[in-house]
Amino acid sequence: MSSYTQKKGFGANVWDYITTVDHKKLAVMYLLAGTLFFAIAGFEALLMRIQLMKPNNDFISAGFFNELLTMHGTTMLFLAATPLLFAFMNMLVPLQIGARDVAFPFLNSLGFWLFFLGAVFLHLSFFMGGAPDAGWTSYASLSLYSPGHGIDFYVLGLQISGAGTLISGLNFIVTIITMRAPGMTFMRMPLFTWTALVSSALILFAFPPLTIGLLMMLFDRMFGGNFFDHTMGGNTIIWEHLFWIFGHPEVYILILPAFGLFSEIIPAFSRKRLFGYSSMVFATILIGFLGFMVWAHHMFTVGLGPTANAIFAVATMAIAVPTGMKVFNWILTLWGGSIKVTTPMLYALGFIPSFVAGGVTGVMQASAPLDYQLHDSYFIVAHFHYVIVGGIVTAIFGSAHFYWPIFFNRMLNETLGKLTFWIFFIGFHLTFFVQHFLGLMGMPRRVFTYMEGQGWDQFNFISTIGALMMGVGVIIMVINCLLSIKGEPAGRDPWGDGRTLEWSIPQPIPFYNFRQTPLVRGLDPWWIEKQEGNKEMTFAEPVGDIHMPNNSAIPFVISLGMFIAAFGALYHPDADKPWSIYILIGGLAITFGAMIFRSVKDDHGFHLHKEEILEIEEHLYGKGGNK
Amino acid sequence: MSSHDTPIVAKSQAQYEYDRHHNAVHMRKQVMNFAIMIFFTFIAFAVVAADFSKYLIFPLILLLAGVQVVLQLYAFMHLEDKKTHFGGVIGFFMWMGILIAFTFFLAFLTIIWW
Amino acid sequence: MDFNTKFTPHTWPDHPEQATMEGKNKVVGFWIFLACEVVLFASLFATYLALKNKGPAGMEFTTQSLFELPLAFAMTMLLLTSSLTSVYAIYHMRNFNFKAMQTWFGITLLLGLGFLGLEIYEFYHYVHKGFTFDQSAFSTAFYSLVGTHGFHVTLGLVWISTLMIRNAKRGLNLYNAPKFFVAALYWHFIDVVWVFIFTVVYLMGVIG
Repeated sequence: MSSYTQKKGFGANVWDYITTVDHKKLAVMYLLAGTLFFAIAGFEALLMRIQLMKPNNDFISAGFFNELLTMHGTTMLFLAATPLLFAFMNMLVPLQIGARDVAFPFLNSLGFWLFFLGAVFLHLSFFMGGAPDAGWTSYASLSLYSPGHGIDFYVLGLQISGAGTLISGLNFIVTIITMRAPGMTFMRMPLFTWTALVSSALILFAFPPLTIGLLMMLFDRMFGGNFFDHTMGGNTIIWEHLFWIFGHPEVYILILPAFGLFSEIIPAFSRKRLFGYSSMVFATILIGFLGFMVWAHHMFTVGLGPTANAIFAVATMAIAVPTGMKVFNWILTLWGGSIKVTTPMLYALGFIPSFVAGGVTGVMQASAPLDYQLHDSYFIVAHFHYVIVGGIVTAIFGSAHFYWPIFFNRMLNETLGKLTFWIFFIGFHLTFFVQHFLGLMGMPRRVFTYMEGQGWDQFNFISTIGALMMGVGVIIMVINCLLSIKGEPAGRDPWGDGRTLEWSIPQPIPFYNFRQTPLVRGLDPWWIEKQEGNKEMTFAEPVGDIHMPNNSAIPFVISLGMFIAAFGALYHPDADKPWSIYILIGGLAITFGAMIFRSVKDDHGFHLHKEEILEIEEHLYGKGGNK
Repeated sequence: MSSHDTPIVAKSQAQYEYDRHHNAVHMRKQVMNFAIMIFFTFIAFAVVAADFSKYLIFPLILLLAGVQVVLQLYAFMHLEDKKTHFGGVIGFFMWMGILIAFTFFLAFLTIIWW
Repeated sequence: MDFNTKFTPHTWPDHPEQATMEGKNKVVGFWIFLACEVVLFASLFATYLALKNKGPAGMEFTTQSLFELPLAFAMTMLLLTSSLTSVYAIYHMRNFNFKAMQTWFGITLLLGLGFLGLEIYEFYHYVHKGFTFDQSAFSTAFYSLVGTHGFHVTLGLVWISTLMIRNAKRGLNLYNAPKFFVAALYWHFIDVVWVFIFTVVYLMGVIG
């Protein structure tokens, strides 16, 4: 019996996950890590909503409230939404293009561990002097002078995590460019792969300004730099520009994969191909491009002048056009289709009106004069939660249901799924719809309490009830996920209407994905084969040796070194901690040592021979049956 | 044998000599490109050392820098080589990066004030 | 198997760096990384342009008074020539001439070291005058931009020397050909950045 078919012990399994470079395992790790941080950030939100439930509440102090709001935003965007979407991108992109793994499996692992250890570092701040408290935007005026190390945790944690995200984005771009199966031209790629490509290109171009901004903040706080200090010639607006040049594309980085996921779900449950494929691709690229031209709409009230404000206002309104194209295309896909309202479809149907509502309030805010009234009010909070929760979170929940069989060869329970949907969806609208009115009534954002008698009490109370409902929905979802462990294996193409390559692979998916590289004969390649009565994809090559990458512990070691070095950097400016320089140097030595080791020691991967492949497949599907 | 392995093909002597000659010709072109770059650099420094108007010099040296950069990208870095895999896509990404860079300069020179 | 095959000049592929799947991926991947670095340096450049000559009231350091053309010219000549020598190195790599490739990479290293030496001298000279990192916003921006470039040059020197030492006994094969090619791409890129630095920082600075 070859080593591939032996069962592993618990310790060996843990080591396997620490050293894996397999995109499918990394996808599961992103899913788990993302869910953990989603739960933490959600809990932070609940604490905030409880504090705001009634006027002059004293459930949470003002300082801690600032830490909560900072961490809620930072965690949700960087450490929950991004990794959850990466989970889907990691699992699906190689499968959808017919590849055996991503272009750089080692870097894939490195990207994960950098993200994870950066996230852990940031969260340790709660226990080590206080979390950052200057908002997720950490404007240079407030954050420069924030006492304690909270902001330093923010700068260093995001720098490390951000490096991981950038590396992964680059990996997806190269994978999609070079590793497509024969016959898969760019215009035959599934929409999710297209959105993954454009989103990764946005990551590639948007994260460098953030990197530089964080570096500048680090220099100013720790090394006497003067970028943002106006008494020394600096300018605090530079931070705002760099942050929002990153920050605006960041939200498109998050929403485009969500759009892509719905573009897979809606055709599957309408039994109809996606309407207007080329225009969807074009709209995706246009949204990505325009996303870089609008950042100063976050800075309308800074005083850039009417010309600049007008230019950015018009550009912002223009983004609504390709987005609207996509919405119409989804609706037209549904039109005339054979609709099956499964849980993923429920989320898709809930997404369309919710996201459009968030989008139109966005266009309202694009008008600079109106934004002068709305800026920093709860109207803005309502807007972005509508697009984020209505767009990204529904996509993640719906896709979890849709793709659970690909991840784990199990189906999630439909009854619990529908229950989750209704509780969460109603709770979501209760929480955030009333916040539009709170904003219009003048309630500012980022306040830890408010006085009674302003007419805000009732809506705040309703909003908190909605938040509690969302919490209940999430708990039911988690229970559903845990129950599925003991469920029946789902088998191949369990929804019955899969159109793309990931549904064509027998379950459980072998670690090399495709025994033979498939031949793609058109858009929706698996649908084409099914229409012709084939039980399997047409293949592009005979069964032969497969070249696979080796596992490696080095990505974990590199990331660990950076994690350690970050502590050294954090405490270095403190005069009473002379040992910090050794930690800094030690951590960097570990990182560079591991990098040099990687360069010097050859790693050619390993070859899987034909006999071993056949043995593995017999073990998975043949006499052993479904696992 | 895996179908992804690179086939080992021996060139004929004639093909080999043609390719060597072709490489040498191409290398001479690169030296020519280098000479152009040095020349542009000279002009840029000279024009600054002489006493022309600032409004003439700034656009001129920026233009010279731009052309030098394009030469480096396409000639020295082999982006013009038709056999570069996915050269078109690579070029597209580079130009996108350059475009975005340009918007930064525009923004930072116009909407940061005292 | 590619890694143990013994090549001759007749069997060596035309574009050895792209003859394997890993090689193709490395070349495409590195170009994409360079596009990212363009935006990274653009952020530093844009910040420098905004903070040029800005400092506390009464500051006596300006770009006109500080920068000297002859030094910038010498540094430019060194780096530009090193870019050409790395093209020569790749030319020899394509001709399967390992010794010549190593020689030309070695010359590239020497020229790069010369550049770095001059830059360190320049910074030392400024610090001696009182133009330190924390002197003003202008100084912080200057050292960040030019220093980041210098840091990239240093990394490039370490990279190329590591490659030369590691592969000294191996000769050329399809495993290390992409590595040498990608290192050369990186070296050209830092020359590209320097073209903009000497134009925007030094030339435009001297005029004011």
